Amino acid sequence: METVTQKSLFKKGAEASLYLAQWHGLKVIVKVRIPKIYRPEALDKQIRTFRTVHEPQLMHEAKAAGVPTPLIFMVNVPEASITMLYIEGQQIKQLLNVASAIRRRELCVTIGELIAKLHKQGLIHGDLTTSNMILSPQGKIYFVDFGLGEKNSEVEAQGVDLHLLKRALQSTHYTFWEQCFKNVLSGYSNTLGVEAAEKVYEKIREIERRGRYVEERKH
Amino acid sequence: MKNMQGSPKRSNGYCLGIESSADDFGVGIATFNGEILANNSDSYIPEEGGIHPREAARHHSDVADKVVKEALIAAGLKPGELSVISFSQGPGLGPSLRTGATVARALASYLQIPLVGVNHSVAHIEIGELETGAEDPVTLYVSGGNTMVTAFEAGRYRVFGETLDIALGNCLDVFARKAGLKNRKDLPLGAAVERLAAKGKNLVSLPYVVKGMDLSLSGLLTSATVWLQKDCALEDLCYSLQEHAFSMVTEVTERALAHTEKTEVLLTGGVAANKRLQSMLEVISKEHDAAFNVVPLEFATDNGAMIAWTGVLAYTHGLSTPLDESFVKLRWRVDKVDVPWKQ
Repeated sequence: METVTQKSLFKKGAEASLYLAQWHGLKVIVKVRIPKIYRPEALDKQIRTFRTVHEPQLMHEAKAAGVPTPLIFMVNVPEASITMLYIEGQQIKQLLNVASAIRRRELCVTIGELIAKLHKQGLIHGDLTTSNMILSPQGKIYFVDFGLGEKNSEVEAQGVDLHLLKRALQSTHYTFWEQCFKNVLSGYSNTLGVEAAEKVYEKIREIERRGRYVEERKH
Repeated sequence: MKNMQGSPKRSNGYCLGIESSADDFGVGIATFNGEILANNSDSYIPEEGGIHPREAARHHSDVADKVVKEALIAAGLKPGELSVISFSQGPGLGPSLRTGATVARALASYLQIPLVGVNHSVAHIEIGELETGAEDPVTLYVSGGNTMVTAFEAGRYRVFGETLDIALGNCLDVFARKAGLKNRKDLPLGAAVERLAAKGKNLVSLPYVVKGMDLSLSGLLTSATVWLQKDCALEDLCYSLQEHAFSMVTEVTERALAHTEKTEVLLTGGVAANKRLQSMLEVISKEHDAAFNVVPLEFATDNGAMIAWTGVLAYTHGLSTPLDESFVKLRWRVDKVDVPWKQ
């Protein structure tokens, strides 16, 4: 089973290193959460173990909710590694910057629909950025990197999830983020229903007012 | 610090900057060439509890003329030699900000020289870059009022991560007060926590809340405060609080570093003085082949020099603030400010 071969470093992220490898003839990604020596060993171990155990569970449940995620093949808790199917395709982050306005709209609406599917099943992604979404050649958008996710059906958690996406769009796609986010929300309410979505939007506004130095805070 | 003593070299201009966003009233003087000639201040220290905005403002108006005078003497300049006045226009506490703005307006009108309103957060980043030589860093700005990870992209400092609730310095200060520590001029609360934490050994498990590149500290503070009632050494609690909070800001800084692929890290703001936080950021900088920079201690906390220097940058790039637009902006976000002096 454990025959992963031809490992080569594919991407060194902040939290984990991704290795490209072969596993029984399949192209796979081995995601290894490397120890972080800046934090105490006990805290580090606790964080890495927690995320390694939760990520595959959430990915599995996301799939059941109708959100494409890579197939998981192996989880090694002591090593904090997860072996999953490599998804061919393009990062939404790059794609948005070159896509036409119409195409951008389609992508963002679909993203909103997928997020709503997660939230409907009580799933929170926890790190919704356009780097964590991949468009496959078959036209499916895959969500990856559920390491900060959780099972939570509260409106608060859903609001924070969308607020984080908004903030990610603002810092990464600053020229057209507003339109993108609007389209995400329209896809979101299509799937979740207007009434439920409106509750989440109200929560987003509340979360933003909580933050420091937000202009509308005292109005 | 490039030139603090002695007579200033002839420069093509001098900017006097006033900082008064919270508990410090600071006056700095910078030349247009980026030399800091003066950096004087006087701090309001509450008898107990946190900053009372009205008391802080009263303190600032009491000490304003004294600190301005001290700065001019330190720089060896007469008021008539100044070319521009800058002031901290926000974000911060209203009454405090208004006191500094009033002093700045009075000086600029009396001397008939231009006035420049400066964003306090931008100033913390700019003084860090001036003093360390960092050019285009990922900046972690942590203080009593702010906790954010920023980097320059397309004309502005963009906020990649920030606190969803309270600031890191606030978290440490409130905990310290609840633990019965007193704020002293020679030992601020944060430094007192740092000193105790250095003696702590046992890690108590506290909430660790990172959400994307944002983080939340209020649950951590509550939980640490609850532990104060339990049978647990204060040293261990300070240690645990610091380790959790600093690990969280370090994690989001590392994410921003990986995301932006910048090659420098800058630590600025009051909490930048903490050696443990410095060491954590140094580790992630090394890991990503980035140069680690930390603002020198005297420019870490709120100071007038940073406002003076940012005033120079703004003024020499064609920006000034007419009197009728010089009202303070309590919630002026860093990503709303155009930064034409950077490419």
